[in-house]
Amino acid sequence: MRLHEYQAKQVFADAGIPTPDSRLASTVEEVMDAVDDIGYPAAIKAQVHVGGRGKAGGIKIATSEEEAREAAESIIGMDLKGYEVDKVLVEAGVDFENELYVGITMDRGEGEPVAMVSTEGGVDIESVAEETPEKIAREHIDPAFGLHPYQARKVVFEAGIPKDVAMDVASILSTLYDLYESKDASEVEINPVMITSDREVVAADAVMNIDEDALFRQPELAEMEDEAAGDELEAKANEYGFDYVRLSGNVGIIGNGAGLVMTTLDLVDYYGGAPANFLDIGGGAKAERVTQALDMVFADENVDSVVFNIFGGITRGDEVAKGINEALEQFDEIPKPVVVRLAGTNAEEGMEILNKDLVQVEGTLEDAVQRAVKNAEEVTQ
Amino acid sequence: MSIFVDDDTRVVVQGITGGEGKFHTEQMLEYGTNVVAGAVPGKGGQEVAGVPVYDTVDQAVAEEDADASVVFVPPAFAGDAVFEALDTDLDLVVAITEGIPTQDMAKVNKRLSEVDTRLLGPNCPGIITPGEAKLGILPGNIFESGNVGLVSRSGTLTYQVVSNLTERGIGQTTAIGIGGDPIIGTSFVDALEAFEADTDTDAVVMCGEIGGEDEEQAAKFIAENMDTPVAGFIAGRTAPPGKRMGHAGAIVSGSGTGTAESKIGALNDAGVPVGDTPNEVADHIEDFL
Repeated sequence: MRLHEYQAKQVFADAGIPTPDSRLASTVEEVMDAVDDIGYPAAIKAQVHVGGRGKAGGIKIATSEEEAREAAESIIGMDLKGYEVDKVLVEAGVDFENELYVGITMDRGEGEPVAMVSTEGGVDIESVAEETPEKIAREHIDPAFGLHPYQARKVVFEAGIPKDVAMDVASILSTLYDLYESKDASEVEINPVMITSDREVVAADAVMNIDEDALFRQPELAEMEDEAAGDELEAKANEYGFDYVRLSGNVGIIGNGAGLVMTTLDLVDYYGGAPANFLDIGGGAKAERVTQALDMVFADENVDSVVFNIFGGITRGDEVAKGINEALEQFDEIPKPVVVRLAGTNAEEGMEILNKDLVQVEGTLEDAVQRAVKNAEEVTQ
Repeated sequence: MSIFVDDDTRVVVQGITGGEGKFHTEQMLEYGTNVVAGAVPGKGGQEVAGVPVYDTVDQAVAEEDADASVVFVPPAFAGDAVFEALDTDLDLVVAITEGIPTQDMAKVNKRLSEVDTRLLGPNCPGIITPGEAKLGILPGNIFESGNVGLVSRSGTLTYQVVSNLTERGIGQTTAIGIGGDPIIGTSFVDALEAFEADTDTDAVVMCGEIGGEDEEQAAKFIAENMDTPVAGFIAGRTAPPGKRMGHAGAIVSGSGTGTAESKIGALNDAGVPVGDTPNEVADHIEDFL
């Protein structure tokens, strides 16, 4: 789960990391009130989950009332790479001399967190990592002990951070690790940390991603999730607790187990169709979950056909069949043709229960996918 | 023969009194697995499906001489449950639980490097040596004893490929789910190394997916160390970058690493044919045998 910049900045500021004075605004008038308070220059920044906001016109610097109004009018309501901007952060502009990068993430290969520091801040850090990896100093962290202060100093000096601000940057890094651990983050990042003309360090951006599996012990962050959700259907999936990803095709896909659902997507593509979504009903799903899953997929207006691919292990075919029946019996007319393939635990019982007037049944994965692709083609023709 | 488990394996089930723990203990017993004990704090002295329950794993191991554990403990407590298992000198711990916070697993991973126990998972379906023992939630009836090893990051995909093999009369030595999380105990390389050393395994299926670099490392291992032929499958060719596809580990970064393309390329370079469909994987295995 990704926090918005303003949410992450609040978390950072609460922990004592210096951030610029800022206000959240969702109308032009609110922006004007905010710049009155903050003064000029001010940065007006779209709060959407899109990388490269600046280049896409989602961040503007205003040095006068006129510029502030223009910026607010152009950003609020704009479409930024598919996301509508409904909130902006109005922030005091920082007069800076240098831009640095600091971040902590999980190095999954090592199974340990890693702290990264670079003097190449304010730019796309992935490109730096790819083209000039020597410009990023790294320090692995023993998850049992945490980041020792000497390690924070070591990585900061290794990165070549100017000596007069090195201890301040090390202190920010230590605070970031405390947040990373205590908030169950999967990634925390400040890009850039600005060094001002007064040689002070300020977090001019804030990235914080939270491990969704740990939200149960992060109730305050979990509350921020609703605000952070982007797509309407993905928000609905959150509510139901499904693993769901919306895609651009027209074949709706429901299955159990991430690997098998991904495989079903791949096969839809392989047989010439286009998947509309990834939807994993999870292990041991009961009838009600299946009903909710169908509700999700039918709610996507792009969907022209649906394929159910269930290979029961912990999930039982009879439960799935009951769910499909219950969901479809509500309709006078089934909105989209549904192909069902059931295998594994209690699949035979499931096939007996399944109301075959409402669905098309196929025996193999390949046949089911091909039929669903064909169904979708017939609709679009 | 088989790897990691056989009919001598003596199993303690952590979380045996829970719904899943109880159901799958019964399934494991029915399959013929030696489930000798359960461990649930505060439930010591009870019995589940005729299996004695102890308050701690330590007691269960001491009293019943267990050498493996299967963890059916909810995610909030599962990290602690695996630590408990790792403190008792078991040979194998199989963590079925899905959704263990990654930082908990990082701590477990650290402890794992200090002990001799093998961890399988978490977020995995377990392991089965057909006809001998199954530890986990795999549906026993689709497996047949035979000469093909299987290792996979995904449970249901394992079932799909196994059913494609079994339908053709191709049985399995051992099938292993290593789990779809970013931090796992046993890797592809660990499993492949064991299959290579197993004289009864004549071919291996490896089912991977997007995210991480485990498949690329496995490809390198196969090229350098394996005589046993391997066929592969990679799920997630159509996954968009930056999105998490169910498995916590199944996320592609924007920069081209961890993609299906890079994994398939690495495997092909190592001489491993990769099927476009699960059925094609079975075709490749049939060609090997």
